[in-house]
Amino acid sequence: MAESTAPRVRTGRRPSTYLLRLIVTGYLVLLVAWPVFLVGRNAFADGTTDIQAILDDPDIVHALQLTVLVAIIAVVINTVFGVGISILLVRYTFPGRRLLNALLDVPLSVSPIVVGLALVLVYGGRTGWFGPTLQNAGIQIIFATPGIVLATVFVALPLVIREVVPVLEEVGDEQEQAARSLGANAIQTFRRITLPAIKWGVIYGVVLSLARSLGEFGAVKVVSGNVLGQTRTATLVVEEKYLNFDRGGAYATAFLLALVAVACIIVVSVIRPKDQR
Amino acid sequence: MLWFSLLVLIPLTAVIVTASGNGWVEFWRAVTNEQTAAAIQLTVGTAFLVTLVNIVMGTMIAWVLVRDERFFGKRALEVLIDIPFALPTIVAGLVLLSLYGPDSPLGVNIANTRVAVFLAFLFVTLPFVVRTVQPVLTELDREAEEAAASLGASRFTIFRRIILPSLTPAIAAGAALSFARGVSEYGSLVLLSGNLPMRTEVTSVRILSSIENDNLESAAAVAAVLLAISFVVIVAVDVIQRRVVRRG
Repeated sequence: MAESTAPRVRTGRRPSTYLLRLIVTGYLVLLVAWPVFLVGRNAFADGTTDIQAILDDPDIVHALQLTVLVAIIAVVINTVFGVGISILLVRYTFPGRRLLNALLDVPLSVSPIVVGLALVLVYGGRTGWFGPTLQNAGIQIIFATPGIVLATVFVALPLVIREVVPVLEEVGDEQEQAARSLGANAIQTFRRITLPAIKWGVIYGVVLSLARSLGEFGAVKVVSGNVLGQTRTATLVVEEKYLNFDRGGAYATAFLLALVAVACIIVVSVIRPKDQR
Repeated sequence: MLWFSLLVLIPLTAVIVTASGNGWVEFWRAVTNEQTAAAIQLTVGTAFLVTLVNIVMGTMIAWVLVRDERFFGKRALEVLIDIPFALPTIVAGLVLLSLYGPDSPLGVNIANTRVAVFLAFLFVTLPFVVRTVQPVLTELDREAEEAAASLGASRFTIFRRIILPSLTPAIAAGAALSFARGVSEYGSLVLLSGNLPMRTEVTSVRILSSIENDNLESAAAVAAVLLAISFVVIVAVDVIQRRVVRRG
């Protein structure tokens, strides 16, 4: 890299260096660090009673379990399809590839409420396009767990793909071709050559999807129906508790969610440098 | 591919079809409804302002993270940047409420005002410009800067003439993403902004209340507007990135 021999242009510690550092740190502390810290403190304002109360409430425990279950299903689905679509995008050319590539970003930039609405319009029990048919077959999607899973998969869809695609592009396909010319079939090539190469990208994407899936709120709110003890997820509990003036409960649940989110980021930031080296 | 269609394409098509189902006139009436128009205006306006702030602050943050030497807490700053991305949005709202809400230790209470909307957008869009500018800044060749400095250019001139032009595409892409994210924000506002019609109600909330009133057509109409905005942004980012790649 450039920092080897030549003397740096701006190694000197000028006042402006400190000023910039101060502004940036101050901004981040006021916007992120301090508020997040306060949630932790509020959650433990009465010692561990609030956390305890939450873990004793069967409805909330159910909500937490549901959230974890949905997140795991969503992550598995997104990983399988994410890797598949990534390989499709990088290794094959087909008409509409660029369009597909652009469409894959839609879930990241579209409002979760719109996502929920879109799913209701198609899979809604009474008026949706496929809803009545599915309902007659005994499958309910909206206002039930499958709907929550669909919504979660939707919002977290691009994360694995966006991590895997650049890695795949960088690795190139020479080794894959070599393996194939030596007689390996598609599955062997994928398992022995491709998968080890993209391993870190996949893991990174999985962690990000997990964080996103656990925390999805808007889309889930629209499709879940928010039935206590059945389709209420952890993020919906936070809203409900807060609006019912149970601040302690809201902060405690929020703290649990925030804890997982921060843990995910730290895992990622530990993985990432290793990946780059 | 079939999976992708079932999950993404067909539902999004359904939004468009439902939005246009009652004809152009109905669509236009739903979108220009006084309350809806106010919500769209607030959302887009605030997202725009927030994007401007992000362009300045995001570039500064990326600069400190890449160019400044190691100092105490720098790694912590790295982690802080990603928190808004990973934190559930509803928790993000609660988080901001704890510092800037009714029980604020700072004594500022912005809950239920438009400032709250601004702040929430600022929080959730924080990572975008930083994370798009950072890699470009890391890769940037220092030689041109050194040459400029040896020719007597001031630090400001170097930044404006040498560094900024190389960063512009990254900044633009980050800005577009942060604008799209701002426009579509919902979760963090539920607790923070109070969702007062005509004052702090954003577009997503407006759509949700239409859904809850079982008025799916007008919900779809407003949703189509949001979809259009996000699609324009995606295309813009795509074009910007292609141009960068071509320039090599």
